[in-house]
Amino acid sequence: MDVLAALSSEPSQLLPARTQMAFTLGFHILLVPMGVAFTFITLLVHFRGLRRGDEVALRLAQRWSKVAAVLFAVGAVSGTVLTFEMGLLWPRLMGRFGDAYGIPFAIEGLFFFLEAIFLAVYIYGWKRLPPWPHFLTGIPVVLSGIGGTLAVVAANAWMNQPAGFTLRDGKVVDVDPWRVIFNDAFWHESVHMLLAAYLVAGFVVASVYAFAMLRGRRDRHHRLGFLVPFSVAAVVMPFQIVVGDLAAREVFHQQPVKFAAQELVFETQRHAPEVIGGILVDGEVRYGIKIPGLASWLADYSTDTKIIGLESVAPRDRPPASIVHLAFDVMVGIATALLALAAWFAFSWWRRRDLPRSRWFLRSAAAAGVLSMVAMEAGWVVTEVGRQPWVVQGLLRTEDAVTRADGVWVSLIVVVLLYTAVGTAAVLVLRSMARRWRAADADEPPVPYGPPPELAPAGSSGRNA
Amino acid sequence: MTDVVAVILWIGVTFYAVFGGADFGAGFWDLVAGGSERGRRPRALIDAALAPVWEANHVWLIFSLVVLWTSFTDAFSSLMSTLFVPLTVAAFGIVLRGSGFAFLHVSTRLGARRAYGAVFAVSSLVTPFFLGAVAGGIASGRVPVGNARGDLVSSWVNPTSILGGVLAVVTCAYLAATFLVAEARRRQDADLERYFRVRAIGAGAVAGAVALAGIAILDSDSPHLFNRLTHQALPLVVLSALCGVSALVALVRRTPSVARVLAVGAVATVVGGWGVAQYPHLLGTHLTLDAASAPDATLTAVLAVFGVAVLTCLPALVLLYVLDQRGRLGPTANPPSGAPQRPKQ
Repeated sequence: MDVLAALSSEPSQLLPARTQMAFTLGFHILLVPMGVAFTFITLLVHFRGLRRGDEVALRLAQRWSKVAAVLFAVGAVSGTVLTFEMGLLWPRLMGRFGDAYGIPFAIEGLFFFLEAIFLAVYIYGWKRLPPWPHFLTGIPVVLSGIGGTLAVVAANAWMNQPAGFTLRDGKVVDVDPWRVIFNDAFWHESVHMLLAAYLVAGFVVASVYAFAMLRGRRDRHHRLGFLVPFSVAAVVMPFQIVVGDLAAREVFHQQPVKFAAQELVFETQRHAPEVIGGILVDGEVRYGIKIPGLASWLADYSTDTKIIGLESVAPRDRPPASIVHLAFDVMVGIATALLALAAWFAFSWWRRRDLPRSRWFLRSAAAAGVLSMVAMEAGWVVTEVGRQPWVVQGLLRTEDAVTRADGVWVSLIVVVLLYTAVGTAAVLVLRSMARRWRAADADEPPVPYGPPPELAPAGSSGRNA
Repeated sequence: MTDVVAVILWIGVTFYAVFGGADFGAGFWDLVAGGSERGRRPRALIDAALAPVWEANHVWLIFSLVVLWTSFTDAFSSLMSTLFVPLTVAAFGIVLRGSGFAFLHVSTRLGARRAYGAVFAVSSLVTPFFLGAVAGGIASGRVPVGNARGDLVSSWVNPTSILGGVLAVVTCAYLAATFLVAEARRRQDADLERYFRVRAIGAGAVAGAVALAGIAILDSDSPHLFNRLTHQALPLVVLSALCGVSALVALVRRTPSVARVLAVGAVATVVGGWGVAQYPHLLGTHLTLDAASAPDATLTAVLAVFGVAVLTCLPALVLLYVLDQRGRLGPTANPPSGAPQRPKQ
């Protein structure tokens, strides 16, 4: 009955609004690495192409910039929707805290503007602008991508560690913009996301070429297309593990309840075990593998560390721990596997200046793209679901922030249909681009080994005769 | 301080009305360009004119939203919740339009191009209509302060909103056609120049007629707004009418670049007139700018960000438009057959 009472006290808009926000954020975040980090990877091959007069590298850069342009466009409009949703779904969040919380968004808007402008110049400047100046127009794209990421994650970090304002009678009366932006969660959270963007972009792009290499396309074009993005991801991976570890410790100090949820600690205790897998049922951990003392040690370098359990707050102030914990395990598990993959690559490169010969390496690399996206999504589940029931930690509950407008169910359904269509179309468009390029490359001298590249099926390419 | 930020907000709205408006309007002409054979050349011009700049054109919307929610939080949350329906539709329109346009550019099959082109064109019509309806709802004072306190339907289904929506669509079409005349002139394409001149004059005449009809509508539906427009905002309203008429004259006299400037002036003064008519209120007659405004430190931060934006984005934007106008930007690969051939530059 308690559950029913709790459910009936919630505004009816809460569930659809939450779902819509989660869905649209989840969609948008997949495109972010493509706008933020893929552009950097493109510039790397572009630089190499210019420096060494390498036609293959230049061709890759030009094609990648086209792909980046398409994905950036979809990312930009899905980001615009998020801007709308801040008000459409959570008017009380903006109404109460907009004067503090809005500041990082203003900065993000500035960076986004710069990125959009220079990306347009870069994309449409191929072969029309002089080579080096054209290359240079790509640099502001990369820098503003980094700046925009830091700024927008600053806003999210502020929701976890609200700071830099004075409340009087529930109204923000004084603001310290620096404290708002550089709040206590800012550095670990924003750097963690920035590295994630570079990892996802690297692994996703490399996975496309790994897949092609498995199908026998092993010419220089595919090798380079694999090596550059994969190297970027492999270099970033160990740093991400370190930053992630730091982030978890910061969460332990800043948001003990979130930490308890991700580690599945119900009772406040020392020597808390690290639980791998498992769910929480009535305050008991079920089905998990326990590693004694490890959770305490991970929290503060000592198995004697006291971890505040979920029981320390009222049931209505607890996040759904099993979801948070599962997402956390998924993220950490995938990160560990990707670190191993990066190490395998590094070892082989150090020994032979070449990729590992095993087909299993390419198979793993082909899977790494999707896996890294799953890890990034899981990370956002940890931080967002782990903060519930608060939208602004300790200050504003999500149910109090939600809109009272009717029609959220309708907009949720429409959003799901719309985004499914847009996502499907994006995949189809990218596939047809790839097919077209393959067909174009087939006109060139054949590669010395491997089966001939497949031509596009009849009727799918209306190329000039 | 509040007034300065309000002016910045209005600059953002004006820029969006002009650049975003021309962008939407170009989509409108794409929509009515006819079958794939008949509409090929105008569509190619529209496409070539829009491609490098469309992304930048729409950043002004984000700019305006962010300034509004940071500086005037209550106004933002009130209008976003009361006007939930039209704003949601506009947001969907923006997604479809941007995606359609992006996919159109990299597709080669005629069927796919048609589908994406249709999505782009239809959402180019829907989005400005609903944004105009939102403006009408705000201007006629139908958004009370609070979380969805206003009527979810009548706040945007009312004479002033419908007027706002229709006016937005025809103004966008007029702006775009004027821009496209200049674009065709730059590419030395006399046929297309004539094609769009006729349409620009037509759209300008329709926009003028809608604006005149609007006087009667506002008089009965939003007496307060009407009163303000005919008193404190009158100079701007008159100026807008003068710009509009002179732009038509310039079009007839074959000076498209002059017409372009005048058309922009006509739109900018209308938006400015709306702002002046509302002043000092942000919502109807119940929420003043001062009452809605954020603490000074926040406004300072917004001003600082705006200052940096002027120093960084503005030169970048100028660079983009200059390169574009000089034909230094454009697609590299030749579109395959079945796709509209771009005019040689």
